[in-house]
Amino acid sequence: MASVQWHSRARKYEAEVQMCRLEVSAVDFSDYHPLKAITVTDSKARRGGRKGSTSSSSSSSSSVVLDPLSSMLDGSDPLSLFAAVSQTPALPHSISLGRKRREKEEEVGSDFEPWSSKRGEILSRFTTTEKLSINLFMGSDKSKASSPSSAVSEKVRTRLEELDDLEEGSQRELLNLSQQDYVNRIEELNQSLKEAWGSDQKVKALKIVIQCSKLLSDTSVIQFYPSKFVLITDILDTFGGLVYDRIWSMCADPHPLPESFSADDVNDTAKETCLNWFFKIASIRELVPRLYVEAALLKCNRFLTKSGIQETLQRLTAMIRGIGDPLVAVYARAYLCRVGMEVAPHLKDSLNKNFFDLLATFRQIHGESVQNQLAQQRVEIPIYLTLYSPAIHWILQCVAYRAPEDYINCAEIWVEFTCRHFTKREVNTILADIIKHMTPDRAFEDAYPQLQSVIKKILPHFHDFSVLFSMEKFLPFLDMFQKDSVRVEVCKSIMEVFIKHQQEATRDPVILNALLHICKTMHDSVNALTLDDEKRSLSLLINGFIRMVSFGRDFEQQLSFCVEARATFCNLEPVIIHLIHTVNQLAMETRCVMKGNHSRKTAAFVRACAAYSFITIPSLTSIFNRLNLYLLSGEVALANQCLSQADAFLKAAVSLLPEVPRTISIEGKQRSSEPFLLDFINNFLSTLLVVPDHPEQGVLYLVRGLLNMVQDYTWEDNSDAKIRVYISALPLLAAMSQESYLYTIPKVDSNETLYGGDPKFIAEINKLCETLIGQVLDHLKGLGRDEGVRRQGSLAFSLFGCLLAHGDLRNNKLNQLAVNLWNLSHKHGFCDTRTSVRTLEYIKHQAQLADLSHLSDMTARLSLQSRT
Amino acid sequence: MIPARCRFSSAGKMSVSLDIRLKRANKVYHEGERVSGVLLVNSRDALQHQGVSLSLEGLVNLQLSSKSVGVFEAFYNSVKPIQLVSSNMEVVKPGKIPAGRTEIPFEFPLQAKGNKVLYETYHGVFVNIQYTLRCDMRRPLLAKDLSKTCEFMVHCQPQKSKLQPNPVEFSITPETLQNVRERSSLPRFLIRGHLDATSCAVTQPLTGELVLESSEVAIKSIELQLVRVETCGCAEGYARDATEIQNIQIAEGDVCRGLSIPIYMVFPRLFTCPTLETTNFKVEFEVNIVIILQDDHLITENFPLKLVRV
Repeated sequence: MASVQWHSRARKYEAEVQMCRLEVSAVDFSDYHPLKAITVTDSKARRGGRKGSTSSSSSSSSSVVLDPLSSMLDGSDPLSLFAAVSQTPALPHSISLGRKRREKEEEVGSDFEPWSSKRGEILSRFTTTEKLSINLFMGSDKSKASSPSSAVSEKVRTRLEELDDLEEGSQRELLNLSQQDYVNRIEELNQSLKEAWGSDQKVKALKIVIQCSKLLSDTSVIQFYPSKFVLITDILDTFGGLVYDRIWSMCADPHPLPESFSADDVNDTAKETCLNWFFKIASIRELVPRLYVEAALLKCNRFLTKSGIQETLQRLTAMIRGIGDPLVAVYARAYLCRVGMEVAPHLKDSLNKNFFDLLATFRQIHGESVQNQLAQQRVEIPIYLTLYSPAIHWILQCVAYRAPEDYINCAEIWVEFTCRHFTKREVNTILADIIKHMTPDRAFEDAYPQLQSVIKKILPHFHDFSVLFSMEKFLPFLDMFQKDSVRVEVCKSIMEVFIKHQQEATRDPVILNALLHICKTMHDSVNALTLDDEKRSLSLLINGFIRMVSFGRDFEQQLSFCVEARATFCNLEPVIIHLIHTVNQLAMETRCVMKGNHSRKTAAFVRACAAYSFITIPSLTSIFNRLNLYLLSGEVALANQCLSQADAFLKAAVSLLPEVPRTISIEGKQRSSEPFLLDFINNFLSTLLVVPDHPEQGVLYLVRGLLNMVQDYTWEDNSDAKIRVYISALPLLAAMSQESYLYTIPKVDSNETLYGGDPKFIAEINKLCETLIGQVLDHLKGLGRDEGVRRQGSLAFSLFGCLLAHGDLRNNKLNQLAVNLWNLSHKHGFCDTRTSVRTLEYIKHQAQLADLSHLSDMTARLSLQSRT
Repeated sequence: MIPARCRFSSAGKMSVSLDIRLKRANKVYHEGERVSGVLLVNSRDALQHQGVSLSLEGLVNLQLSSKSVGVFEAFYNSVKPIQLVSSNMEVVKPGKIPAGRTEIPFEFPLQAKGNKVLYETYHGVFVNIQYTLRCDMRRPLLAKDLSKTCEFMVHCQPQKSKLQPNPVEFSITPETLQNVRERSSLPRFLIRGHLDATSCAVTQPLTGELVLESSEVAIKSIELQLVRVETCGCAEGYARDATEIQNIQIAEGDVCRGLSIPIYMVFPRLFTCPTLETTNFKVEFEVNIVIILQDDHLITENFPLKLVRV
C-alpha cells in the first residue's frame, strides 16, 4: 500500500459554530432581575469569579533573567529564590488584567520590557552580608512624641494620626537580620497585608503598607537599597491591586464595568470609598510613605476623574523634589515611572519631568550629606554609583519608550509646513533629521504610517521631479521603508504623482535613475502570490514611466534603455509588451526620420530593434500577445526593409499556430480561442499580400505554410473555422494574382514585382484556390447530413460572396458554381432574406458596369427563396 | 466551664439588627434639603415592638480647655451645648414587624431651629459640631430597647464672593525670626516661597512652593502643620486654644538647594470646615511651615488661613 494514508479529522461542526459565537457567561438570575429588591450582595464571591475567568487567559509573563551565578547556586540564593517564587502570584490582578487587554494608547505594548523581568536581576545583584534591621514604628504616641519632627506636642490626638500605628502600643524593631531573614520578614509583612485585607481590616492593611514604605526612607546598609526597593514595591503593587479590585468590584452591580470605563460609569458608593482612600493617604505624615502609597493607588484615580491620573503624576513628580537623599529620590522616581507606565504610558510629560529633575538634583550625590553617609558606611563612590543604575535605567527605558513615535508625529506635521514655506534645501534637512532619528534601533519600523504621510505631504509640493530627486536625502528616506508592502505603496504613490504631473518626456539622468530604482522596487515586489490586479496596476505605473522616457534623437540610447528596462521588469508581462511596442515605434520613428531611406547605420539600428523584439517576444506567456507582436514586428521589419527579419517573425508566428490552445482564459473565464485565432489569421493573411517570397523557398511559401498549419490544427469538433480560413484565403490569393497589388510597402518589392504576373505564378495561385474550394465543397457535402444544413447554408453563402467578389464569373464553371452555392444556401430556408435581397440588388447594380455585364445573366438564375 | 463574657455575648447576640442607611453615599446634606434613607430591620423572627421613632439632632458642643480654666472647671463646667436642629417622629406605630428583612423609608427636612444657622459639621477639640440621626425601637419588657445612631454631614451653602486669590510671598532668614533666644548661634539660611492663597476653598488643597536657597546646616525635615484655633466665649470671658490637626512632611533630608519644592496639603474632611465666627465660639485655622535643621533647630513661619466653601 501507499506509504501515505489519509484519515479525516473528526469534526464537531455544531460545537465549532458555538465557539465562534460571543462568550456566553452563565448569569445567575438573581443577579439582576429587574423586579428583585435591592439587596447587598456578596461582592467578594463575585470578584472571585471574575478573577477566575481572567487568570486562565492572563499568561504570566514572568521571565526571571537567569543569572549564571544564581543558577549555579541551584536556587539556594534566597533572593533569587524569593524572586522566582513570589513573581507570578504577586503580580497584582489589575496589572495582569491590563496586560491582557488589547494594545491601546493607554497600554504599554509587548515592546516594553516589563518590570517583572528586571526585579530578579536587581535582587541577585544587590546583596549584602551586613546585618539589616526592620524598624516598624507601630508604637503608640509616646514614641512619636519623642520624635523632634512633631513640632507641637499635644496631648489630644485625632483619629487621623493613629493611622501611623499598626497595632496600638506595639513597636517592633527587628535588629541583626541576615539578608535572608530580611526577605522573609518582608514576605511575612506581605502575607499579613493580604490577611488583613482578607479579614476586612482595611485600616490595618494600610498601616502595614505605610510602615513598609517608611523603610524606603532608610538608607542604612545602602548597598542593599535597590533590593529593598524591589521587595517593598512588591508589597505596594499588591496593595494597589487589592484596592483597585475592591473598588472595581463595588461597581460590578448590576454589570461589571467595561475595561474602558470612565468615571461616569462608577457609582457613588465606589467613588466615596475611593475618595476616602485618597483622604486617608493625604494625611500620612511622612513624605516618603505618603508618596509611595499614593503612587501605588495611582490607577484608582480612574474611578474619580478623567484627568486624575495625569494630575497626580505631575504632582507626585514634583513632590519627589522634597526627598533630600538622592538615592531615595531616584528610586521613588523609578517607582512613579513604573506605575505611570502601567497606567498611562502616553503621559510622557511626567516621565520626562522625572528625568530632568533627576538631572537637576544629580549634584546632590556629591553633597556633604551623602559623602558623610558613605564615609560612615564605608562605601566607595564607584560602588555607590552602581546603586543608581537600575533606577536610572528604568527611568530611561520609560522615557525612551516610543519616543521616536513622538518625534515622528511632530516631524510629520512639520514637514508640511516646511514644504509650503521653504525650499527643497530645508525639506532635505528635515528628511535628514528624520532619518537620523528613526534609524537607530530600526525605529522606523513602528512609524510607517507617519513616514508614508511625510512622503504624501512632500509630493504635492514637488511636481518637478528633478528637484525632488535632487534632494540627496529623498532616496535614503525611501530606504527606511523596509517592509515590502509599505515600500511598494510608497513607490506607487510617487509614480502616480509622476505620471499625473510630468508634462514632457525626460532624459534627466537623476530622474531616470531614481524612478528606475523606484519602479524596480515595485517590480521586485511581484511574486507568485501577487494578484493579477496588483500586477496590472504596477505595470500601468511602470509603463507610464517608460512612456515618459525620451532621449530625443538619440535612438540608440533609447534602445539601450529598453534593454535595461527589459532586464529590470522581466516579470511584468504588460511592461515587456509595452517595451516591444516602444522599440517597434522606435524603428518606425527612425524610418520616419530617414524618410524611408535607411543609411547603413540606421539599417543596422532597425535590425537591432527587430532583434530586440524577436528575442523578447518568446518570453511572453500569452500566446495571442506573442502572435500579434510577431505579426506587428514583422510588419515593422518589413516597413524598414528588413526582409529576412520580417520572414523570421512571420515564420515564427506560423510555427506558433499549432500551439494555440482550444480555450484561453480571459478575465478569469475560459473562452474558446477560435474567434481570436480567426481574427489573427485574417490579419496575418492581409499582411502576406505584401511579403515577397523568399528566393530560396518555393512560391507562396508562407501562404502554404499557414494553410498547412491551419489544416493540421486540431480545431474544435463541429467547427467551420478551418473552412472559414480557407474561404478567407481566397481573397488573398485573388489579390496576389493581380497585376498591381492593392497595397505595397515603399521600397519593398512584393510578389507582383518579383514575378511580374508570370503565368506560372498565376497558375500556382489558381491551383491553390481550386484546392481550397475543393476542400470547402467537400465540407459542404458533409454538412448536408444531420443538423449541419444551417451551417451549410451560411458557408455556402460565404463562398458565394467570395466568388462574387473575387472570382471571375465569366468562367462558366465558376458561374455555375456560384449559382449552385446560392441555391444551396437557400435550399433549407436558413438564410437571411434581407441579405439575399440586398445581395441580389448589389449584383444587379454591378451588372450595369461594363465589364461585369455577364452578371445580369446570372441574376436571372438566382432565385430568392420563397417562404412557405 | 464557659467564661462569663462568652455567655453574655451569646445571650446578647441578638437575632435582631437595626440599621440606618442614608440615600447619599457621602452622607452630605445642605440646609433645606431632605435627609432621606431607610431603616433596615433584620430579624429572624417576627418582632413585637412598642413603636419605632427617629430623631434628628444637630449640636454644637463646647468645652473649655484646662489651659484656660482650671482642670476641675474644664470637666464639670463645660458650656451648655447649643442645639441647632432637633426633630422627632414616630416611624412605625406599636405592633409587629415580620420576620426577615424590612426596609422602612424615611425622610427628614433639614431645617434649622428658630433663627439658628446650621453650621458645618466639624470635629474639633473644644468645639464639636455634629449632626446625628437616632433611631429607637421600644420593645416590651424583658427585651432590650434597640437604638442606632448615624452621623451625617452638613455642608453650608457655597460662599462664592468670599474667595479671592491672594498669593502670599514669604522669605525666611535668621533675621526674620521672632522669639529667638540666641540669634547669634543660629546658622545662616534663606528660604523663599509663596502660598498660592491663604483664603482657601476647603475642598481644594493648600498649594504653594518653597525654595531652599541656601543653608549652612543640613535640613532634616520641612513640614506643614495645620492648626485649628478654637475660641469659646462665655459669660466669664473666653478661651482661645490652638491645637494641631495634622502635620504633613513636604521635605525629608537635606534637599537640593535652589529647587522648588511643592507645598501641598489636603484639608482633612470633618476636621476642617469653613472658618466660623459666631457670638459664642469661633473656629479658625492656621498653617505653620516648620523647618527642622539637622542640629534640631526648629524654624516656624505661621500663616492664618481663611477657609471657605465654594
